[in-house]
Amino acid sequence: MATPNTTLWEVFIRSRNGLAHKHCGSLHASDATMALQAARDIYTRRGEGLSIWVVPSSAITASDPSEKGMMFEPAESKIYRHPTFYEVPEEVGHM
Amino acid sequence: MYTQALNTSDGEDRGVEDAAQAARFQARIDAEERIEPNDWMPAAYRKTLLRQISQHAHSEVVGMLPEGNWITRAPTLRRKVALLAKIQDECGHGLYLYSAAETLGSSREEMVDALLAGKAKYSSIFNYPTLTWADIGTIGWLVDGAAIMNQIPLCRCSYGPYARAMIRVCKEESFHQRQGYEIMLTLCRGSAEQKAMAQDALDRWWWPVLMMFGPPDQVSQHSDTSTKWKIKRFSNDELRQKFVDATVPQAQFLGLTVPDPGMKQDAEGHWRYSEIDWDEFKQVLAGNGPCNRDRMAARRKAHDDGAWVREAAAAYAEKRQARQHAQAAE
Repeated sequence: MATPNTTLWEVFIRSRNGLAHKHCGSLHASDATMALQAARDIYTRRGEGLSIWVVPSSAITASDPSEKGMMFEPAESKIYRHPTFYEVPEEVGHM
Repeated sequence: MYTQALNTSDGEDRGVEDAAQAARFQARIDAEERIEPNDWMPAAYRKTLLRQISQHAHSEVVGMLPEGNWITRAPTLRRKVALLAKIQDECGHGLYLYSAAETLGSSREEMVDALLAGKAKYSSIFNYPTLTWADIGTIGWLVDGAAIMNQIPLCRCSYGPYARAMIRVCKEESFHQRQGYEIMLTLCRGSAEQKAMAQDALDRWWWPVLMMFGPPDQVSQHSDTSTKWKIKRFSNDELRQKFVDATVPQAQFLGLTVPDPGMKQDAEGHWRYSEIDWDEFKQVLAGNGPCNRDRMAARRKAHDDGAWVREAAAAYAEKRQARQHAQAAE
């Protein structure tokens, strides 16, 4: 008999206070409590974290890599969004 | 993101691959770009990686068995806690690797079932027995040493999730190798019997460890495309030679003799080893090694014995969810 699938979770860890939670991997667990415990055992055995988030993988909506050209085009073409686009005379000094 | 759900849609109906897409893919590889789970990839690239990563994961899991044999008989508490921590790491490595493999569109349960059904391979080295405590030292020193040699180039593998898993694994492996070498050092500085035990373990493990790097370059069937796709950065023979060159001085420091009377150092400083008995390798891969049947029986038993735990956890999660839905409906 095939082994039934268990829910997949994504694990995010805050390594130090002041830093954001960062994706570090995934694991299988039947519920959130077990996912948190497994994340502790698997991803923080050597003091890697102060805080853990676990999220069911199915709850994540991702952008489609094949449409990344269209998706991120607006960021490419608007150079006036960058400070270097604007001219400030040297005499004015650092701005 | 490590999810398989997004990968399943375009696998089957793509009978003929677009040559332009394939060329773009190869250009990305050549430019040292990383390939991520939802990027387009040739079906053969996916298949190759899935085979390699799942075999690697199975090896980590089966690799716990020879060492588990000595947990209750470790000579001191210090050795025992270190061995337990090492075996727990191996289990974690299995998980990182299964997760990486899952991004290619197969579930962990399918991969585990393939192993238990005898359809998937794992590293030949774990089919050898651990007869004495010195074998635990030798495994850490040589088996993990060889694994590190193999895995460091994989940290730069073209497939992102595999490379990231390897970075975590390599960080942890270095503790394994050092704890093994320390066991060997203690035995070699001990009584004559202890040193003889260390030599005996080296005698039995040396050749199987050299076989871990795989068949010689002339006959390896996977190397060419794997190199083109930058899954593999060095050939089997190159890695094997690197390992031998690194290990011979370590053996000399221990005062142990590498069981290869024909071994010579060449003008460039490389230690040239004698012919490897590839028939033995083939036999072990074919299931006829000293412990193949034991290992599979132990894995199947662990899986079957754990079934009630998986069922209970699933039933509990289902019950809680039903209760939450009922409360929400009120």
